[in-house]
Amino acid sequence: MNYIDSSLKVVGTRPIRPDGVDKVTGRAVFAADTRASGMLWGKILRSPHAHANIVSIDTTKAAALKGVFAVVTGQDFPEIASEEAFVGEGPMNFRDLSLNCMARTKVLYEGHALAAVAASTQEIADQALALIDVTYEVLPHVIDVEDAMAPGAPVLHADMFTSGVTPKPETASNIAKVVTFKKGDIDAGFAEAEVIVEGSYTTQPVHQAYIEPHACLATYSPDGQVQIHSSSQGHFMIRAYVAKLLGMSISNIRVNPAEIGGGFGGKTLVYLEPVAVTLSKKSGRSVKMQMTREDVFRASGPTSGAAMTVKIGAKKDGTIVAAQQVLKFQAGAFAGSPIGPGCMCGFAMYDLPNVDVVGYDVVSNRPKVAAYRAPGAPITSFAVESLMDELAIKLGIDALTLREKNAAKNGTKTHYGPVHQNIGFTAVLDAVKSHPHWKSPLKEGHGRGLATGFWFNIGGESSAQVHVNEDGTVTAATGSPDIGGSRASIGMMVAEVLGVPATTVRTIVADTASIGFTFLTGGSRVTFATGMAATQAAEKVVEDLKRRAAQTWDIPVDAVEWKDGAAYPAGSNAGAFEPLDLAALALKAGRTGGPILAEVSINAQGAGPGFGAHICDVSVDKETGHVKIERYTAIQDVGKAIHPSYVEGQIQGGAAQGIGWALSEEYIYNAKGLMENAGFLDYRVPVASDMPMIEAVLVEVPNPRHPFGARGVGEVPIVPPMAAIANAIRSATGLRMPDLPMSPPKVRAALDAAG
Amino acid sequence: MPTVVLSSGSAAQQFTAGQTEFEVEATNFRRLILELERRFPGLGHQVEESMAIAIDGEIFQDAYSVELRPGSEIYLIPKIGGG
Repeated sequence: MNYIDSSLKVVGTRPIRPDGVDKVTGRAVFAADTRASGMLWGKILRSPHAHANIVSIDTTKAAALKGVFAVVTGQDFPEIASEEAFVGEGPMNFRDLSLNCMARTKVLYEGHALAAVAASTQEIADQALALIDVTYEVLPHVIDVEDAMAPGAPVLHADMFTSGVTPKPETASNIAKVVTFKKGDIDAGFAEAEVIVEGSYTTQPVHQAYIEPHACLATYSPDGQVQIHSSSQGHFMIRAYVAKLLGMSISNIRVNPAEIGGGFGGKTLVYLEPVAVTLSKKSGRSVKMQMTREDVFRASGPTSGAAMTVKIGAKKDGTIVAAQQVLKFQAGAFAGSPIGPGCMCGFAMYDLPNVDVVGYDVVSNRPKVAAYRAPGAPITSFAVESLMDELAIKLGIDALTLREKNAAKNGTKTHYGPVHQNIGFTAVLDAVKSHPHWKSPLKEGHGRGLATGFWFNIGGESSAQVHVNEDGTVTAATGSPDIGGSRASIGMMVAEVLGVPATTVRTIVADTASIGFTFLTGGSRVTFATGMAATQAAEKVVEDLKRRAAQTWDIPVDAVEWKDGAAYPAGSNAGAFEPLDLAALALKAGRTGGPILAEVSINAQGAGPGFGAHICDVSVDKETGHVKIERYTAIQDVGKAIHPSYVEGQIQGGAAQGIGWALSEEYIYNAKGLMENAGFLDYRVPVASDMPMIEAVLVEVPNPRHPFGARGVGEVPIVPPMAAIANAIRSATGLRMPDLPMSPPKVRAALDAAG
Repeated sequence: MPTVVLSSGSAAQQFTAGQTEFEVEATNFRRLILELERRFPGLGHQVEESMAIAIDGEIFQDAYSVELRPGSEIYLIPKIGGG
């Protein structure tokens, strides 16, 4: 059923968040809060070198220390064959994942795990780690992506031969693959162009900086059954990875989703869980593990850094006739940067006849990258949207007008194949044009930038149950960890279908043994896909309730209608009966067929893509190079905002992370390839005092493939900020800042160079 | 017959000896995968494990039952995740 044109009573309102009280009172149970009887503490020995062969590991002294119950190294983990799979948020090679959790013969980055201990206290575990004697053969290392591609660079993997090129290379390199996307005739396009602009850009790897470090508690029972409490974006993903990496059957593993303190894509992999299970198996005790913030920086994945070139050709009237891009994405120690979406997203906002994009996936001696909000899109869009600004300046055309002239519309064929359908990009640009921020005059010394962004959004496999409890209240259970408010949005959709207030429905996240398989929370898919499953489950419950009312009244079921949370006779001919609400029908459930519940499992298709546009005003302190965000407006097509406050929060959060990416966040490595700023004191994410009020503007172009018109909202808002800020700096100073972060030293240096 | 276009130059083209556009006899996604595997051993598996397809403009990640029409345009693209 489709409710897009219905009069809605719950969807679109702003009830108090269902998880709020527990979180603000400290009662919410995160993975680090979990305990078990006789629990041990697991800790990991990490590589002090960026690149080294492991000559030997002697754990004798550590194992002999009183209070130590288990020591494991790579020898305790099964050898995994090289096999690509899509369990997390991108293609993952199981062998690489296993090697990333525990090195075997070689460490590939500072922080790479190579041994672990389980001990009765954290202090004893630390002492045991210090007693492990490792002999390394230190190897030359490479950090920067272009250095890693250069001839003669230290090669990380002797068996890595670039795929996607013909003929297949005969020598190993750090380039894992090359991807290409072409549309039209790029040479003819540039030959037709009257104006051509080009630019080179770099971005730094940045961490998702979730406030909760990774943590888990694992218990391996003598009968081979495993219980895991874990902080992740997908407990079914944890189960699948642990089973694969440890050679176990899925039915023997039960993963309980803990409350999660942020993920943003960074918790779509495993780091600790396979190690904790192995330590538990060896020690016979439950094992608790949690990363420090330093561990998070040194050993878990940020997103890629990149080096990029872009070239755009246009007619004098602003019509773009050719667009070309080369992207070099750093993947970390193992292949698998988001180069595919990076290649697809940069030009996806525009209707372009001739496009040529080439992307490189490159390994280097840094932690393996992980997904981060709209993986790849913010990077590529920083380059494209910066150059679009230069094109507008060169043509003497307003930045918005240039985008309007070339904007993708329904029917626009992208350069990677699909055709945009039911998109709201022009509606977003219309909202920019009419917004007071865009129309307001610039203050003295300020600069204004505009940038746009795109993300596909995804659907996928989801399961949901709706139970009517004995008193007529409702429980909705799903398999989706709640990272961005999905308990609220799912509960509201169920309430809308049932015709009851949002507070009547309590939504929970069920463990892997209690609900059908559900793909992880990511790609902005949960409100769309799991919400669709929950809506369908609620509809099944309504049909069941109508049947039970018909049975009670002894009339045909088609003579019963459901409205406002109760069954009514459908017209006077059906009989004169008092309405039966949820409580009344639940009370008699035993006599009308037993418990009232429905479960729906689907593979949701038709996720509507999202588009956004951000307007940013900045001032630049010419003495210090400090950039201050003076005003920020983020406009986005959200389909239908189920809970507008959460949607606004997603947009504000994405913009805030983008502002950090733009202005301050970067990994600083010394000459030995060791990270020098592995903590929030020196790796600077924006704090409240850095931030302006971010005004979120919701444009609602319904996605017809969702019952309420929803489309994902969490990815798009991190795409435009970097270019919006760079364009604002350009406006304020006349300087193009092509390299992130645009931190005070860089801005000051650019100002000095410009005289 | 539906036409398949390889828009990704990565792993897929190694199975087709560089061929980027060809017709296949298939009426749904599942049969498409089977036919790709028969004609280009390894490609069907590659598509199933790590690629999405766009059929007449719409992206599908997994669904076997999605129907193909004569003349359908099918793009093989990298599978899409998110953060």
